[in-house]
Amino acid sequence: MQITSISYLLFAAAVLLGYFLLPKKVRWMYLLASSLFFYLMAGVEYLGFLVLTVLSTYVGGRLMERNLSKQERYLAENKDSLSREEKKACKNRIKIKNRLILAAILVLNFGILGACKLGNDYSLWMLGLPFGISFYMFQSMGYLVDIYRGTDKAERNFFKLALFASYFPQLIQGPISKHSVLAPQLTAGKGFDGKAFSFGIQRMLWGFFKKLVIADRIAAAVVILRGPEYTGVGFFLLTLFYAVQIYADFTGGIDMVIGLSQALGITLPENFVRPYFSKNIAEYWRRWHISLGEWMKSYIFYPISVSSPMLKLSKAARTKLGNFGKRLPVYAASVATWAVTGIWHGLTPNFLLWGMMNCFVIVVSEELNPLYEKFHNRLGFKEKKWYGGFEILRMFLLMNLIRVVDWFPDVGQYFSRMGSLFTTFNFHVLWDGTLMKLGLTALDYGILAFGIATMFSVSLFEETKGSIRERLYTRPVLRYALFVALLLIVLLMGSYGIGYDAGNFIYNRF
Amino acid sequence: MKKKIALFTSVLVIFALLFFCLQALLVPKYMDKSKEGNLIGEYYANAGNNDVVFVGDCEVYENFSPITLWEEYGITSYIRGSAQQLIWQSYYLMEETFRYETPKVMVFNVLSMKYDTPKSTGDQDEREAYNRMTLDGMRWSSSKWNSIQASMTEQEREKEAQFSYLLPLLRFHDRWSQLTADDFTYWFHRLQVSDNGYLMQTGIKPAGDDYWEPPLADYSFGENSWYYLDKMVELCESKGTELVLIKAPALSPIWHDAWDEQIAAYAKEKGLKYINMLEYQEEMGIDWSVDTYDAGKHLNVYGAEKAARWFGDYLQKECGVADRRNDPQLSALWTKKTEAYNDRKALLESKKSEEIS
Repeated sequence: MQITSISYLLFAAAVLLGYFLLPKKVRWMYLLASSLFFYLMAGVEYLGFLVLTVLSTYVGGRLMERNLSKQERYLAENKDSLSREEKKACKNRIKIKNRLILAAILVLNFGILGACKLGNDYSLWMLGLPFGISFYMFQSMGYLVDIYRGTDKAERNFFKLALFASYFPQLIQGPISKHSVLAPQLTAGKGFDGKAFSFGIQRMLWGFFKKLVIADRIAAAVVILRGPEYTGVGFFLLTLFYAVQIYADFTGGIDMVIGLSQALGITLPENFVRPYFSKNIAEYWRRWHISLGEWMKSYIFYPISVSSPMLKLSKAARTKLGNFGKRLPVYAASVATWAVTGIWHGLTPNFLLWGMMNCFVIVVSEELNPLYEKFHNRLGFKEKKWYGGFEILRMFLLMNLIRVVDWFPDVGQYFSRMGSLFTTFNFHVLWDGTLMKLGLTALDYGILAFGIATMFSVSLFEETKGSIRERLYTRPVLRYALFVALLLIVLLMGSYGIGYDAGNFIYNRF
Repeated sequence: MKKKIALFTSVLVIFALLFFCLQALLVPKYMDKSKEGNLIGEYYANAGNNDVVFVGDCEVYENFSPITLWEEYGITSYIRGSAQQLIWQSYYLMEETFRYETPKVMVFNVLSMKYDTPKSTGDQDEREAYNRMTLDGMRWSSSKWNSIQASMTEQEREKEAQFSYLLPLLRFHDRWSQLTADDFTYWFHRLQVSDNGYLMQTGIKPAGDDYWEPPLADYSFGENSWYYLDKMVELCESKGTELVLIKAPALSPIWHDAWDEQIAAYAKEKGLKYINMLEYQEEMGIDWSVDTYDAGKHLNVYGAEKAARWFGDYLQKECGVADRRNDPQLSALWTKKTEAYNDRKALLESKKSEEIS
C-alpha cells in the first residue's frame, strides 16, 4: 500500500474515524491492529522479521531491567554491610551481564539488517528489503540502548512495545522516534483536538503537493540526466533536479507521516527544518533527516567517542599534537559514524564515499573555522544579508554535488562526471532543445516552476516569519479557501494514475 | 461551534461542486469522434418500457435498428452495447438493466465469449479506451463497481485504476492541457448520438470475398466466459426474462464453426434459443456489397433495418413479444423517436452525398 495511493487514504480515513470513535482505553490496541494490517499489506513474508525484532527487543529489555532491579534490591538490602568495592563489583557484574544481552540482541538485529541490505543491494535476497526494517530496527535498538544506559524503562506489555516498533505511519520513512517520547503518546488515547486534526490534514495535503506535483514530475528528468551523455552543464542540471526531487519526495513523505500522526493527536519529531537554508554543513545536518542524525549521534558517535580506545587515543594525541590532538578522537568518531551512515544508505561504494565526503567537509570546515573567522572579522561582511545568501547558495551547491553520488554505484563515473563540470562548458544544452528531451514537456516545466516557487515561498516565509498554519488558523475562510485550492492543484497537476509511473518514495529503499 | 460546522459544510459543498464541474469539463465528450462512448449513458433517459433489450458489443449497436422493430412490429427495444463490450460487462449491464425495467426478452450477442480475461483483449491503451466507453457511462451502482473490478488487469489493479472509473477526474486530471471547444460546448450536456442505443452508419463499403484469420491453437471458450454466460442464464431466469443468444450478422471477425457448436450445445443444454444469423443472411436479404459500411465487419443502416425486420418477426413468432403500437403513450413516444431517427438518417445521407460530390 503506497502512501500516496487511494487505498492508503481510505485506510488512513478508516484509522482516524475508528480511533476517535473507540473508547480511549482501547485506542492503542486499534492502532496496533491497524499497524499490523498495514504491515501485512506490504507482504506477509516480512512479518517474521518485525516479530523477531520486537520479541528480541522485548526479552532483552525485560532481562536488562530485571538485572538492574535485582542489583538495586541487593544494594538496598545490603546497604550497610557491603563495602564500596563490593558495591562497585556488583554494579560491574550487572553491567557486564547487561552488555552481553545488549550485544547479543544488537548483533542479531543488525546482522539481519545487514544481511537483508546485502541481499537486496546485490540481488541475493529473493524477498527484497523487508518493509520498514531500518526504521523499526533503529527505533527498537535505540530503545534497548536507552534501557542499558538507564535512561528509559523497559516496556512490560509486549503489545505496547510492538505498537512502538510497528506504528504504521513512520514505518514508511521514519522519523526515528525515541521510546520515551513516542510510546506514552501512542498508548495515551488522546481525545479529539480540532486544531491538531486540522493541522494534520493540512500537512498531509502539503506532503501530497510536494510528492505528486513536484517530486514525481521531475523524477523522469532525473533518470534521463543520469545517462553518461549528460556531462558539464547536463551534470550540473542533474545535481539541481535531484536536489529538488529528493527534497520534495522525502519531506513530502514526512509531511504525510507527521500530518496523519498529528491528526491522531500524536506528535512525531520533525525530520527536516528547511535544510536548503543552511549556511554550513554542520547546520545542514542539524536540519536534514534530523532523527537519523540524532540516532547516529546518540548510539554510534557518542559510544565511540567515550570508548576506552578513544579515550586512550585522546590522551596520547593531546600530549603530542596539542589542540588538534584534542579534536582527533572526535574526528575519528565522526569518520566511523559517517561510514556507518553511508553504509546504512546502501552497501555499494558510492554510499561509503558519500559518507566520507560529508565527513571530510565537516572536518575541514571545523579545522578552517579559525581562519574563516579571521577573514570575516577583517572584511566585516559576515553579518551582511548578501553574504548570508552567498553562504546558503554555496552550501546548497556543495551538498548537491555530494548528494548526487547516490546515483553512481561506480564511483569512477561520478568523479569523471564531476570533472566534466570543470572541463565541459556546454551551456548550449540550456537552449538547444536538450531540456525537451528529458521526459518533460514545456507544460511540465511550467508546473514544476509553479510548484517549486510555491514550495520555496512557503519555506522562506516559515524561515523568516514562522508558521503559516498558525497565522491562517485565525482566518478560517482564507484557510479553507487555500486548502481547497491546494487540493484542486494536487488533483489537477499531480503526477498520478495510469500514464504516470509515480515512484515509490526514494527513502523507502533505505 | 454552529458557525464552524456551517463553514465546514459550505466548504465541502463548494469543493464537491468544483470537483463535479472540473470532472464534467475534463472527461472526453465523444461527440466528434468515438461516439460509441456515449451509448451506455444514453440508456437511462430511455429506460422503463422496453420489451426487448439487446446486450453486447458493436455487433448489436450497429446491426439492429430498434426503430425498424417498432415501425414494423410495434416492439419496444433498446440496445445496451458498446465497443468491444466484454461478457462480464454485458452481464453487469443486464443486472443494472433489471433495476430499471424487466424486459420480456434479453438478447445477448455471443461474440465476446472469445475474450476470456481482461488481459486477452488487446494492449493496455486499447483495452482502457474500450473499458472507458462501457464503464464511464454507467451510473454508480454495485453493478458498475463489480463490472469495473471484473475488467481490471493485475497491472491496472496495482495502479488502482478501478477508482478512476468511479471518479473519472482521477484519470483525466491532466487533460486540461488538451481541451477543445467541444469540451466547453458539451460541458454539462450531450447531444443524443444513438437511436435507442443504435449507432447509425450510412456509409457503404462492400465486403470482400475472402476473409481469413490465422487458425487458433484452441477453439474452446474460456472458463471465465462460461462463468458469466451461466450467470446471465441464472439472472434472466430469476427475473422471468427469456434469454436469447444470437450471433449477429457480420463477416469479420470470423465466427468459427467450433465456437458455433459450443454455443449451440450450451443453448440446447440450458433450453435457450440460439440463432446464428450468419445462417439466415439470405432470408434477411443482406447484400454485403451495399449493406455494410466497413467491408463486412458491421452493417450500415440499410443492413441493420433488414436484420431488425427479420429478427422482429422471430421475436414475435418465437418469443411472443407483443405489438405495442396500440398504446397511445408509447405510440406518441416512439413517433418522436422515429422522427428523430429519420432526421438523422436524412442528415447523414445528405452529408454522404456532399462528400461524394
